[in-house]
Formats: sequence, C-alpha cells, structure tokens
Amino acid sequence: MTPMQRGTRIAGIGAFLVVVFIAVPMAIAAAHRTDLYYTLSSVALLSIASGGVWLTFYIGRINIGQGAFALVGGYVSAILVTAYGLSFWLSLPLAGLFCAAASVLVGLPILRLRGVYFAMVTLVLTEVARLSALALSVTNGAKGITSIPAPGPIGLFGLTIVPAFDTFAERNVAFYFLSVTVMALCFAGLWRLVNSRVGRLFAALRQNEDLASSMGLNVPALRVLAYAISSFLGGVGGAIFVAIAQSIYPSSFTVNDSVNFMLNCFLGGLGYVFGPMLGTLVLYFGWDLLFQTGQYQLLIYSGVMILLILLLPNGLFSLRLPSRRSS
Amino acid sequence: MAPILQVKDLTKRYGGLTAVNEVSFDVEPNEILSVIGPNGAGKSTIFKLISSFVKPTRGEVTFNGEVISGLAPHTVARKGVVRTFQETTIFKGMTARDSVIVAHHLRSHASLFGFYLGSAAARRDEADFGRSSDEILDFLGLGAVKYEIASNLPQGHLRALGIAIGLAANPKILLLDEPFAGMNADETSRAVEMVRAVRDRGVTLLLVEHDMAAVMKISDRIVVINFGVKIAEGTPAEIRANEKVIEAYLGVEDETIGL
Ligand SMILES: Nc1ncnc2c1ncn2[C@@H]1O[C@H](COP(=O)(O)OP(=O)(O)OP(=O)(O)O)[C@@H](O)[C@H]1O
Ligand SMILES: [Mg+2]
Repeated sequence: MTPMQRGTRIAGIGAFLVVVFIAVPMAIAAAHRTDLYYTLSSVALLSIASGGVWLTFYIGRINIGQGAFALVGGYVSAILVTAYGLSFWLSLPLAGLFCAAASVLVGLPILRLRGVYFAMVTLVLTEVARLSALALSVTNGAKGITSIPAPGPIGLFGLTIVPAFDTFAERNVAFYFLSVTVMALCFAGLWRLVNSRVGRLFAALRQNEDLASSMGLNVPALRVLAYAISSFLGGVGGAIFVAIAQSIYPSSFTVNDSVNFMLNCFLGGLGYVFGPMLGTLVLYFGWDLLFQTGQYQLLIYSGVMILLILLLPNGLFSLRLPSRRSS
Repeated sequence: MAPILQVKDLTKRYGGLTAVNEVSFDVEPNEILSVIGPNGAGKSTIFKLISSFVKPTRGEVTFNGEVISGLAPHTVARKGVVRTFQETTIFKGMTARDSVIVAHHLRSHASLFGFYLGSAAARRDEADFGRSSDEILDFLGLGAVKYEIASNLPQGHLRALGIAIGLAANPKILLLDEPFAGMNADETSRAVEMVRAVRDRGVTLLLVEHDMAAVMKISDRIVVINFGVKIAEGTPAEIRANEKVIEAYLGVEDETIGL
C-alpha cells in the first residue's frame, strides 16, 4: 500500500465516523426529526445482518436464510434477559455465539450443496425458525416475548461507562449510537477478515473448491467458519433489534427479511465489503420513498431493482471505481 | 527402493459402469510415470481415486506404506499427494502470484486466527510464501506475468500456473492430468522441460497425457489403461512395441502408429 492509498483510506474512515457519529445527530437535531434515530438504527442493524450474508456470498454460496439467525439471536437475547435476568450486554455476544454454534450444526451438512440448492435450503431455514418459535414453549409461541427491559448500565470499577438506556430522555438516541458502533465494529472486523489470508482462502473456495482441497485446504471447515461468522452477525443484529422493539414475535424476521438481506448485498456490490451497508441504506429509504406511490410501490420497486442489477451488475459501489482509476 | 505409491486392485463402479477395474501398479520415488489410454479409459478416475476425491469400490492406495484411500482429499494433500485437474486447475479471479501464495497454505505455521490478527508467525509465513511463490513462478517462466489475473493468461501459461499451484503445496508426488493439452509443439517441448525440472527438485510425477510424442520423451515408465483395465506397463520402448497397446489405440494390428 502506497502512503497515498493509506492516506485516502484513513480519510475515508475518518469521514465515515464523523458523518455517523457527529453529522447525522447534528442534522437530526437541526431538523427536529428524532424519529430518524429509529430508522437509522434499523438500517445499521439490518446492514450488520446483510454483512453476514455478504460473507457467505464471498465463499460462493447464496444465503437466503439470514432471517432465521436474526430471529434466533433475538429470541436468545430476549429469553436470557427476561427469563434469566441476564444483562443485555452479556446476552448480545451470547446471542451471536449461539447462532454461530447453531450454524455449524446446520452448515456442516447443507454447505455441501451449491448454487440454487443451497439457496433453497437456506430459504426453508427461515420458515423452520419461524415455525419453531411458534411451536416452542420457551419462545412463548405466537404471543411472543414482550416488555423486554431496556439495556442496563455498563459499569467498570464503580464508574458508569454507559448509563442505563432508561435514563435517556430519548431512548432511541442511545440505541442509535449502540447500533452504529456495533455496525462499525462488525464491518471493521469483516474488512480485516477479507483482507487477511483468511479472506484469500475464502476467495479460493469461491473460485475453485476442488482445487483448494487438493492444495490441502480444509474446505468443509473453512466453509463452516465463514457461515458461522455470517450467522454470528445475523444473531447480533437481531438481538439489538429486539432490544429496541422491546418485544419479539415469530414473525419478527421472515422470509421477506431474508430476501432483503440478500438484495442489500447485490445492490451494494458483492465485491465490496462495505457494499451491504450502502445497499441496506439505499434499499431501506428507497422502499420508504416509494410509499407515496401506494399500490404501485412494489411494482416500481421491483422494476428499479431489475434495472439496477442489469445496469450495475457489480453493485452501487462499482460507480466509485472509474474515478479512482483516473486519479 | 520401496515404492512411494502403490495402487492395489483399484476398482471404481458407477452404477453398472466399471470405470476402473482391478488396476494395480507401483510408483517408484522420483520417477515420471505416465498413465495413457483412449478417451474414457478411466485415467482421470484413477487420479480421483489416488487423491481420494472419490472412494474406491474395491482396492486401496498406499502412500509411503500408509493406506490413504478413504481419507479426506485435503488430508491426502497434506501428506504430499497433490493433484491438478484436467479442466480448470487455477483460481480464475486471482492474480497468478496470489494463487500460488494461497496454495502455500498448508505450509503455514500460524493459525487462522494468527493470520487474522497479523501475528509475528503469520507475518513470517506471509513473507516466506511470497518469496517461495516468486521463486516457483520464475522457475516455471511465469515471473513476467505474475500480477496478471489468472483467467487472462494464454493456455500455455495456464498450464504452467497449474503446475506452479501444485508445486506450492509442497508435494512429494504430483499428479498432473493432461498438462500438455491445448499446447502447440513449441509450448509442449518447453513444458516437458518444465516437468523434468520439477522432477529434479525431488518430486515424483504421475501424468495422464494424450500427447504420445511427449509421453514417450518424458516418461520413465508408462501404464496403459483401456476400458478401465490395465493392459500394459513398461518403459516407453516396451510400450511402443506392445501388440495390445497398438490394438487398443487403433483397433487394428498391422497399421503403423505414431508412437
Ligand atoms: N461421476 C461419474 N459418474 C458416472 N460415470 C462416470 C463418472 N466419472 C467418470 N465416469 C465414466 O467413467 C469412465 C472413465 O472416465 P474418465 O474420466 O476416468 O476417463 P479418462 O480416461 O480420463 O478420459 P479422457 O481421456 O477423455 O479424459 C467414462 O466412461 C466416464 O463416462
Ligand atoms: Mg480424463
């Protein structure tokens, strides 16, 4: 990496952090649109889950099952907090780890499938998760889990680092900062992963699994690793979502969400780690903007999606490339 | 010397079709052994059986005295039995150099987590792999194109890259499936030299190849397969004179063939 590239990168990261942590809250305050905190938190959380889906694309698998892990992560956190009185802050990583462990069990058999076969099975997973949540007693069936307490304070040596969310005048501000912080951490981790040797091994799997295994790569283990990280992100996203809503139902994440997670990746660009973030933002607000068009909302939305995929097969992020090349 | 690889009564049935039928042969250390035979004879299937990509219906493969049939393909590769493929033997979207670096992975000392965090061992590995990759790429005449995306390379370079990727995995025995396919005479003779040079590095080579002139030139010994059955084994001179082989290739006995 040349010093100039490094400079550009640091500037990019800095600009991103300034926008997310300073400019957006200032703009929201100026416009008196505190409702946007909730919307933007949703975008951040959905993009974390989409980031996981992106990683499964990265090893060459079409994943339409992330809704299942978002749902499972949400339930794990909700149950730990309500039934076991655990702190939300502990339940969050546990929800992610539970999803990662579950995805190892599920992934070992199904990751042998490729292409449309894998995609179909993952689609079914979302339904399986929903039906299980309906049927089980620990999830409280169709009634779901409600009145989940807001995250408590985080203290260290008697010092309060994060105050209890209930003490905020506007709870959604606290959730916004939580969501974007976790998003920034997740994508930093993902970026590091893809740019490390692990990422290159994943890329090798995508390009030629047979050759990779004849070079001694433990292909089944690497596939499961990618899938576990993906599901971890789904679980974490789902858990925070549930904390914001303070409730979870079997229909909190459905096949529709699974499909959207995948579309976010397509839209942002499969070749760019930060693609899912951009894709989620554009898709989320695009859908909302089309609300005015009433009955034509879905029609216009689908048409625009098809056009975008035809015109920009490498996603929105690819728009940025020509300018970079000329510089 | 004890054989490095032993193939014993190897049989593979696909439904009613017997692709490989009771084939046995030994591979001596550091020799170049070619497996030849008409299309569909079962040569690639023998490679798949040796590299453990498919499980034999009967029989077994022994590497340095240890049975390797039934192990996972990556375990077999880690033991030093490395195979390239007849069709695509490259990572299409990567640069030549990156492909060779990736193929070094089983030599790494650092854990995956170490690579993620960039530990000292990982940085040492990365540096070693980079050096070793450059050496292998130069050795196979790919030094000038190492930063090209693999799928943009011409056929001759692709085959060389396939061999480079194989070499990176540190094989004791390298299985090359049709390494000279799609090459003109010039490229083939250069590739033949390349394969010899690989042998001189101490690697044993097992080849499947249709180019008879190249096979006769390069091989220490040849095994001939027809309809899944071994019909002959011997030096190039012996194979050239073998009646059964001539028959298998032409279906008639008295025609001169270009062996
Ligand atoms: N997975 C499979 N399922 C069913 N039949 C197979 C399978 N793989 C190979 N065969 C059959 O086994 C026979 C041997 O195939 P193989 O690929 O080993 O031939 P080959 O000697 O490598 O031929 P070529 O010179 O054309 O590469 C063929 O008749 C082929 O159709
Ligand atoms: Mg073949």
